[in-house]
Amino acid sequence: MNIQQAATVIISMVFINNFILSKFLGLCPFLGVSKETKPAMQMGYAVIFVMTLSALITWLVYRFILIPFHLEYLRTISFILVIAAFVQLIEMFIRKTSPPLYRALGIYLPLITTNCAVLGVTVLNVNDFFVKSNAVAGSFVLSVIQAFSAGVGFTLALLLMSGIRERLDLADVPESFKGIPVAFIIASLMSLAFMGFSGFRF
Amino acid sequence: MMKALWREFKKGITVENPTFGLVLGLCPTLAVSTTVVNAIGMGAAATFVLLGSNIFISLIRNIVPQEIRLPCFIVVIATFVTMVELAMKAYFPVLDRALGIFIPLIVVNCIIMGRAEAFASKNKVLPSIFDALGMGVGFTLALSIIASVREILGTGALFGRPLLKNYEPALIFVLAPGALLTLGILIGCVNFYNAKRKKAIKIRGGCC
Repeated sequence: MNIQQAATVIISMVFINNFILSKFLGLCPFLGVSKETKPAMQMGYAVIFVMTLSALITWLVYRFILIPFHLEYLRTISFILVIAAFVQLIEMFIRKTSPPLYRALGIYLPLITTNCAVLGVTVLNVNDFFVKSNAVAGSFVLSVIQAFSAGVGFTLALLLMSGIRERLDLADVPESFKGIPVAFIIASLMSLAFMGFSGFRF
Repeated sequence: MMKALWREFKKGITVENPTFGLVLGLCPTLAVSTTVVNAIGMGAAATFVLLGSNIFISLIRNIVPQEIRLPCFIVVIATFVTMVELAMKAYFPVLDRALGIFIPLIVVNCIIMGRAEAFASKNKVLPSIFDALGMGVGFTLALSIIASVREILGTGALFGRPLLKNYEPALIFVLAPGALLTLGILIGCVNFYNAKRKKAIKIRGGCC
């Protein structure tokens, strides 16, 4: 692993393969929590946090439990269980230790368990950074970087969307297109803009 | 008896259609609806998981304690998803590559979790089977509709066969923005149709 490889992963995850706008992962919070900027930002922090730590834990589970016992086919089951248990644990932990943080993130944490972006990034990590059950060079660090930057890309899209939707309250949208349909059309235009980044070459 | 079962089957296709009625399972809907073949493959995989998990959860509904039911459901669903994953890899390698990570992600598809929680955990096995089939067919149909719009506009073909002559394909419909645009407009049209018929169905929700 070198700096360039890490930079490629970051740019690719934040802009080119943005999780929401080009890979369609994690659309429920994108539609559900994007009505105002503040909750969108808090949701974004929670997602970055959970995604990074989930990637870290699932990498360890895959490398040190599933591979040695030749249980690679249990990937999906074990990852979803690890993520669900881990999110539950964080929720209990921050409820005890930091009530302000719990008030900010608490309600979003249970939602994140079933967010396909979290499971998606862990599966992607395994696909990208393991070749025939062998970890590639710098696999662990790259996995964590990939998860973190995917979270940042997610937050970026969520924040932009919430900014637009705050303004949209003042616009005169046809009755049948109010709410979800117009949100999709806006997302489509944003996705078009993000496609411009796919011209980047390294 | 037959009538009640038929109603369970029909509601998944019409009023409670997972995509256009309840707006569930959007991530795979958008991602794999590039061609009709992919859409049908995804629909079949989801229907199988839905059927398996609905039957199994309905069978164990009286044994599972209330507090830990969700983790139990997740394990059941993940088991069926793993079966689909391995079968796809073995028998349909091309489809498996096209659908990519969206096969393992059926686990977090909320149509399946939603049916387990809302229907299978409260009903007997037979109605659960019909509910699963209805929802699965409804999901597959909705996916195919979106996919055929995208495939025709984006490549000028259907099922890979050229359909329109002298038509310059708008590539954008096969790419990400086209998916969002198509779904947005189709849901808008369904809303409009429902409003015309004075049906008080307001599309809310929105979930992976």
